[in-house]
Amino acid sequence: MIRIEKLHKSYPIGKESIHVLKGIDLHIKEGEFVSIMGSSGSGKSTLLNIVGLLDIHDEGNYYLNGELIKDMNEKKAAILRNKFLGFVFQSFNLISYKTALENVALPLYYKGVNRKERLEIAMEYLEKVGLKEWANHLPNELSGGQKQRVAIARALVTKPKVVLADEPTGALDSTTTDSVMDLLKDINNEGMTVFVITHEEEVAAQTKRIVRLKDGVIVSDELTKNTNSVSHV
Amino acid sequence: MFDIDRWREIFQSINKNRLRSVLSGFTVAFAILLFTLLFGIVSGLSNSFKSAFADDAQNAMFVRVWQTSKPYKGLQTGRTIQLKNDDFNYVKEEYENKIQYQSARIYKNFTLKYKNEANSYSVRAVHPDHQFLEKTIIDEGRYLNEKDLQEKSKVIVIGRLIKADLFGEKPALGKRINMNGSSYLVIGIFSDEGGDNEERLAYIPTTTAQMIYGNNDYISQINLGYNPDLNLDQAISFGNQLERDLRSKLNIHPDDQSALSVRNMAEANKNVGSFMAILYAIVILVGSGTLIAGIIGISNIMIFVIKERTKEFGIRKALGAQPLSIVWMVVQESVFITTIAGYLGLSLGTYLLSLIGDSLEKDYFIKDPSVSTGIVVGATIVLIVSGLIAGYIPAKRAANIKPIEALRAD
Ligand SMILES: Nc1ncnc2c1ncn2[C@@H]1O[C@H](COP(=O)(O)OP(=O)(O)OP(=O)(O)O)[C@@H](O)[C@H]1O
Ligand SMILES: [Mg+2]
Repeated sequence: MIRIEKLHKSYPIGKESIHVLKGIDLHIKEGEFVSIMGSSGSGKSTLLNIVGLLDIHDEGNYYLNGELIKDMNEKKAAILRNKFLGFVFQSFNLISYKTALENVALPLYYKGVNRKERLEIAMEYLEKVGLKEWANHLPNELSGGQKQRVAIARALVTKPKVVLADEPTGALDSTTTDSVMDLLKDINNEGMTVFVITHEEEVAAQTKRIVRLKDGVIVSDELTKNTNSVSHV
Repeated sequence: MFDIDRWREIFQSINKNRLRSVLSGFTVAFAILLFTLLFGIVSGLSNSFKSAFADDAQNAMFVRVWQTSKPYKGLQTGRTIQLKNDDFNYVKEEYENKIQYQSARIYKNFTLKYKNEANSYSVRAVHPDHQFLEKTIIDEGRYLNEKDLQEKSKVIVIGRLIKADLFGEKPALGKRINMNGSSYLVIGIFSDEGGDNEERLAYIPTTTAQMIYGNNDYISQINLGYNPDLNLDQAISFGNQLERDLRSKLNIHPDDQSALSVRNMAEANKNVGSFMAILYAIVILVGSGTLIAGIIGISNIMIFVIKERTKEFGIRKALGAQPLSIVWMVVQESVFITTIAGYLGLSLGTYLLSLIGDSLEKDYFIKDPSVSTGIVVGATIVLIVSGLIAGYIPAKRAANIKPIEALRAD
């Protein structure tokens, strides 16, 4: 599903530039549930953003669903994101003036689904994350956990191949963390590839594979005891 | 292309961000309001100018005579010049194809009497063409005709106010009134837009006047309407030529302005025309300045708005929005706001102008200020285009920000 070879990324800062990713090799198959860990500044978000086509790498190869990502223009990237990827962010990133339902329905708008169908599907997914009653509430009327579940519903609504989550539980307490993780596990059990960044060992332990990053290189990559059928190369 | 979903997005965004929408709309509404008022007031000025001349035909020319002020060919100064039928016919034959209407005018003052009512009035002895030169409006009966002139009939066309003076509410047409001892048949009653004085006049045939009062062939003045096919410059040179010819025919010094002169509406029209052109040029300058200020205003607000929405655009992009769809969303919103706001400004302006109405006519020469449909359409197009530009430039920039940077924005 995701294949990364000798990936490099630097950020220019003034005249200097900091080398953030220093030759990453990573292969994630369809249906995997992978977490990335590492200290702050080790390049986790950078890696996820490149995988999510939100940012562009400097060197190396990146294949998404077998397609080499190269010279990507914004339009093409937008189409691929809409088709293959779902995002969950630490800070939720819901649109403040849209209701929960409208937020969830938004990716379908960009997919060209008509309004009636859009709202039906969105409602279905809100129900799935247990927020059917909150459909017509604005984000600021929801708790952090509820917001994140809305965001997850929004990430899932287009039935993406890969869900990318950057510290989805970073702003949540332990109870809500558990409910969010349960959701992600459910999604993965349905066959979706899930790629999640976390600082918390307990969260990582609930995934099936943990990749540890340090100073821009992968220092370890191992399966957890949750793994059954899927194995990595 | 009409996309109901996109409009829904735009309405939601406008509706949920009312302050912002109102602010950006206000600039435009204000600019258009000023523009409308400015244009309306100038068109009011222009209307006053036009109506100042509307009393008489636009192509009128008057040949008038007084006394010589320069000796010429052995003739003394102070000689009184008298126009005669011969001069009238000379003009008629010499300039036939440059003249649309021609009438003599003899000024008299007579007492008109009907039954017990009597009053002194100005009476003009004229030709039938005079009706068109003076824009006399016949309310009842008819004007003088050629037959009246040939037969030297004792007929009279009286002004609306003479009729009111002498007849009151009773019918006047077909009645006989006494003028200086002779009896005249009232054949017509007229009104005139030139005001009360012009409606307290009576017209009789030139020939009748010449026969009864003095038994001569004198006329006081010759009124002409130049051929409307002539343009202003041609008409002006026709007037100058006529002036030269008549002076030479009557043995007047070629430059003796106070002996004989031709007053030509073409000259006045040309002056008014160039004055109005300058006025309009100023208005267009000031007006477009105002509009540009409005456009810059809305551009600034749009830049601010887009900055504020950068993160939202980042989210939309992460969810699959293509850059063009972001651009369109912003542009459409901007065009929508400018158009509505501009329309409000325009309506308010037009409304204010209609309130002003003719109330400023007396003191400020502003008559019936209003804006034409052409201006309205033009302004609307300008609005839409400015909304487009104001929205497009910042939106294009916003749409090109990398999603990851947009998401990081706060
Ligand atoms: N746009 C940018 N411009 C410059 N430097 C950047 C940019 N984005 C990230 N960096 C730098 O790259 C390094 C890696 O950042 P990244 O966000 O990937 O770390 P992270 O592992 O996600 O850290 P955290 O756990 O704090 O989220 C950091 O040193 C950061 O300062
Ligand atoms: Mg990070």
